[in-house]
Amino acid sequence: MLFFSYFKDLVGREVTVELKNDLAIRGTLHSVDQYLNIKLENTRVVDQDKHPHMLSVRNCFIRGSVVRYVQLPPDGVDIELLHDATRREARGG
Amino acid sequence: MYSGPSIYCFVVIITVFQPLRFLLPWKEGATDRKRMASEEESAVKEPLDLIRLSLDERIYVKLRSDRELRGKLHAYDQHLNMILGDVEEIVTTVEIDDETYEEIVRATRRMVPFLFVRGDGVILVSPPLRTA
Repeated sequence: MLFFSYFKDLVGREVTVELKNDLAIRGTLHSVDQYLNIKLENTRVVDQDKHPHMLSVRNCFIRGSVVRYVQLPPDGVDIELLHDATRREARGG
Repeated sequence: MYSGPSIYCFVVIITVFQPLRFLLPWKEGATDRKRMASEEESAVKEPLDLIRLSLDERIYVKLRSDRELRGKLHAYDQHLNMILGDVEEIVTTVEIDDETYEEIVRATRRMVPFLFVRGDGVILVSPPLRTA
């Protein structure tokens, strides 16, 4: 549940989701769920010439399992908070 | 009326075994419990505990599709979802020349300041390999 909570805190920020099929989508994080499915708003495909798939798509739902990376804003969340939450999660698991 | 020998046995049992009660594993003291709790936190019992030792350290991650990451580990979970900072991604591709049929191994590098990695793509996690 650690990353679910982390992404909930990140709602409203600009992120770039890179999928396993190499498609990269930049957008505003609208919502996330326990499976780390992601809803993005105001989306743009990063390399539009290479991936002319979703030129007119502005909002999308991304299944969590197809995500490879999510590029996050560097000033996203306090790093110490992440470290503490990880230690707690690791102990409880 | 109790007979003499049986009372005698009864008394013997009590007097002999009473002093030996300190050998019973009675309730653990409060200090014992606290020590065991702190040992639990830092004990390395399972593979995920080994990763815990690398928190806030630089690590090397091998991913599927011939990708590698080198970055600072900020968070992880049991699925090996991770958040890495100051990450270098290396993608290795092999191209075959149409004419010479030789294999060209290409490594494409990219820097990302802050990255979430989904655990299902992770193959292995290790301290960074020191190449001389």
